[in-house]
Amino acid sequence: MLQHPDGPLLSLRGVAKVYGEGEARVHALDGIDLDIHAGELVAITGPSGSGKSTAMSILGLLDVPTEGAYTIEGVPVHELSSDVLAVLRNTRFGFVFQQFNLLARTSALENVAMPLVYAGVGARERARRATEALAAVGLAGREDARSNQLSGGQQQRVAIARSIVNRPEILLADEPTGNLDSKMGAEIMKLIQRLNVDQGITVLMVTHDAACAAYAPRQIDFRDGRIVGDTAGKSPVAGATA
Amino acid sequence: MIRAAFSLAFAALLRNRSRSLLTMLGIVIGVAAVVMMQSMGSGATAYIGDTISGMGTNMLLVMPGASKGMQQSSLGAPLFTAGDLAAIRSQAHDVASISATGNRITRIVAGPYNRTVNTSGVEPAYFVIRSWSAATGRILTVEDERQAASVCVVGQSVADALYPGKSALGLELRIQKITCRVVGVLEPKGANAFGMDQDDVVFLPHSTFARRLAGSERVAMFMVMATAPDRVDGAKEAITDILRRRRHVAKDDEDNFAIRDPREMQVLLQSVTGMLTTLLAGIAAISLLVGGIGIMNIMLVSVTERTREIGVRLAIGARTSDVLTQFLIEATSLSAMGGAAGVALGLVGAFAVARGIHVPFVVPSTSVPIAFGISVLVGVTFGVVPARKAANLNPLAALRHE
Repeated sequence: MLQHPDGPLLSLRGVAKVYGEGEARVHALDGIDLDIHAGELVAITGPSGSGKSTAMSILGLLDVPTEGAYTIEGVPVHELSSDVLAVLRNTRFGFVFQQFNLLARTSALENVAMPLVYAGVGARERARRATEALAAVGLAGREDARSNQLSGGQQQRVAIARSIVNRPEILLADEPTGNLDSKMGAEIMKLIQRLNVDQGITVLMVTHDAACAAYAPRQIDFRDGRIVGDTAGKSPVAGATA
Repeated sequence: MIRAAFSLAFAALLRNRSRSLLTMLGIVIGVAAVVMMQSMGSGATAYIGDTISGMGTNMLLVMPGASKGMQQSSLGAPLFTAGDLAAIRSQAHDVASISATGNRITRIVAGPYNRTVNTSGVEPAYFVIRSWSAATGRILTVEDERQAASVCVVGQSVADALYPGKSALGLELRIQKITCRVVGVLEPKGANAFGMDQDDVVFLPHSTFARRLAGSERVAMFMVMATAPDRVDGAKEAITDILRRRRHVAKDDEDNFAIRDPREMQVLLQSVTGMLTTLLAGIAAISLLVGGIGIMNIMLVSVTERTREIGVRLAIGARTSDVLTQFLIEATSLSAMGGAAGVALGLVGAFAVARGIHVPFVVPSTSVPIAFGISVLVGVTFGVVPARKAANLNPLAALRHE
């Protein structure tokens, strides 16, 4: 990697996102500066409409800023073609959603293997790595289970297995425990924490649940499209060299 | 990658099995119609060709009366004479054989059995012209003709009906007041182009027929064979010249006789077949169009329903082209499977129809690839719009779609 040891992995500078025109203009993000370093586990919190999800979408290459610059390892994202962005999403980012977003009537194994299809991995290797990823989230033996045969917590584990199957460096989780009860939510959070500590995956997690946010050494608080709190300076960056 | 794209497409189609089947139906019907139409068209053409050539090659039929298209009015026109035939036989170039012919529908009786059939009086040349020989016994001879002998040859259907389970040879047959001896049974010829049984006939020497059945030595019509297929027109011309002169047709008057060429019949029948084929092709085209629109409609519904799935796929690394390919393959697979089923259905249908109406079952070698190719083309054409819609979705908007 070309990255300077101390340089940020992801960096936002003066990023703004504006929806609508004229009188109806809404500043979802209003000039954000943010650096995320490799190995961090970051919770992004704030009330709904504070811009935390928009920031997450921009960081995950699903949306583009209206103003400002987003760089990954110093490379400006706005210079990249949509196909390159797709490859980056496939190889360097993993996504976990509140709604799980698994394919219905499809086995856990096939759901998990989906990113590998787009990475051009052969069928046998796909099955092997998907089985491995399912084992890593504690679902060994449930490869053939269909989405509707799994509990919410198990579905979210399948979704996490899908997000890590292509060995990404960054995991983006949007309210990963939002549809789960507190016991299952805690299990999911422990799993995410383990992926961060054991495998060194950088994790960014949007949440409005304080209990979830407590798992993260660094917490960033959003309000009205601005960052109003960041614990980065107050506590040491956990797991940066793990 | 392509294999993976195919398996993705099939998985998606299998998730909505009954909808996929119903969507295919339009294509199934269209392709089945294409295959049936081509098979039946070719079968009918082959059948017409077979039966027309079964009537004898290079053959012409000469009848009294003016010819008006396919209509024939013999009212008032005199019959031919033995002299007319003799003149043609001796003067007309390009004529190989000639046979006077007379026909009567008569009741025939043999022992306890009876039947109403077409009885023809013919000269021996008739069997040469129609290239028809005896299966058992013999055909009529020049000697039979000269003596006006009380002999006859019968078609296979007559032999089967009147002499069941035994040989007709040497047995008696009563045709109205004539009692004659069966000297031959002809080889079966089957039905003609109009579905009439050509084996349900009795042949007498023309002289016997003229004197004892028709009561007149005049010739009702006659059959001519040209020396070669390319001499048919020459023979026609020569016969026309001789007959106009002998029948005293004034220079500016129309012929008071008609020369029929079975090839004209073939052309006519084939133009009818061609028209029917075109009609069926039109129906098939409309059905394929409707089937294609059905596929497009269902694919558009599918794209809307699966917007979130598409969002997830884009989020985890599908490129625009991957999504485009997947939906295009889904649409094409639908139509191609419909096409395959349609080909099978069309072949079965064409076979059943061919059996039912006794025409040969012919599958033109091009029809199956063409029908299948059309179905694939329909899928690609009508799949493009939904596939583009899916591929151009914004990943974030697609993920947030409810």
